[in-house]
Amino acid sequence: MSAHRQAFFRGVLASVPFVIVIVPFGVLFGVVATDAGMTPWEVLAFSLVVIAGAAQFAAVQLMNEGAPLLIVLVTSIAVNLRMAMYSAALTPHLGGAPGWQRAIMAYFLVDQSFAAASAEFAKRPDQSLSEKVTFYFGAVAPVCPLWYAASYGGAVFGKAIPPEYALDFAVPIAFLAITAPMLRTRAHVAAAVVSVSVALALVWMPYSTGLLVAAAAAMATGAAVELHDERRAARRT
Amino acid sequence: MIEDKATLWTVIIGLGLGTFLLRYSFLGLIGGRALPAWALRLLRYTPMAVIPGLVAPAVMWPAATGGETDPARLGAAIATILAGVLLRNVLAAILAGGLVLYGLGWWIG
Repeated sequence: MSAHRQAFFRGVLASVPFVIVIVPFGVLFGVVATDAGMTPWEVLAFSLVVIAGAAQFAAVQLMNEGAPLLIVLVTSIAVNLRMAMYSAALTPHLGGAPGWQRAIMAYFLVDQSFAAASAEFAKRPDQSLSEKVTFYFGAVAPVCPLWYAASYGGAVFGKAIPPEYALDFAVPIAFLAITAPMLRTRAHVAAAVVSVSVALALVWMPYSTGLLVAAAAAMATGAAVELHDERRAARRT
Repeated sequence: MIEDKATLWTVIIGLGLGTFLLRYSFLGLIGGRALPAWALRLLRYTPMAVIPGLVAPAVMWPAATGGETDPARLGAAIATILAGVLLRNVLAAILAGGLVLYGLGWWIG
């Protein structure tokens, strides 16, 4: 097998485990979005244009609550701010690729492709640029097409689910399920606690603007706690 | 319900464009220059800063029950968080939440 074919299959293999999350999650998005009044084609377009599960769920929930356009956009884009961090982290490895390749890779930069690629490039930093690019597309291959297909499938199938199944609560459960495993450090816990308490305290503010205040306060809290813990750890050694 | 299709398409295109620019930022535009440490530190907490606050009112005062706190939904949220923290597994957490939601819903009636 050529080095490139090997790199491609290493990429596929690295992201195959994500499939068991992508499929139910995509189906759930399709179901929830249809429940909120979107057609299957709109759901497919949403997944094709955005490919970012958490932000798509956030946008649908806020639109469903009747939040104004600007709030929907600002909040759901804020959920995706981490993508800039991913972009920065992969640039030393993939930044040398031709412009059109970088644009395509950017479009496919999702949690899963980032996780697979950053683990691979840390393990095998000496691969050629083209092997790294090939690995990256290998890691994208099982994940992104399935996201489109699963959300479209969920949208078609979702029409058949009667309203008494408490589907309104699928979104909160999905969101809590993605974030709870990320509560690894004191800083993450502090950010979550501030986010929840400020959002609840400011729920009276119009147009979900309380959420933006809560998010800013929680980001600052997470960063401050991390800095504090790092300094304390540094003093101890 | 999402009734206004113009709003929907503006959100799809706007969110798509915004997300692409975030993804393209360093890879395509800024290149190899490193982000300052404080920016990385803030960005690390964005999902944790936005998502819990987005969910909390829907957990405490669900629209489906007219804003009244519902033991089944609250219990399901707690079960999801516990399973997610303890098992570090997204699917297990969804399953735990779903079981408690339907279990409590059925039990309380």
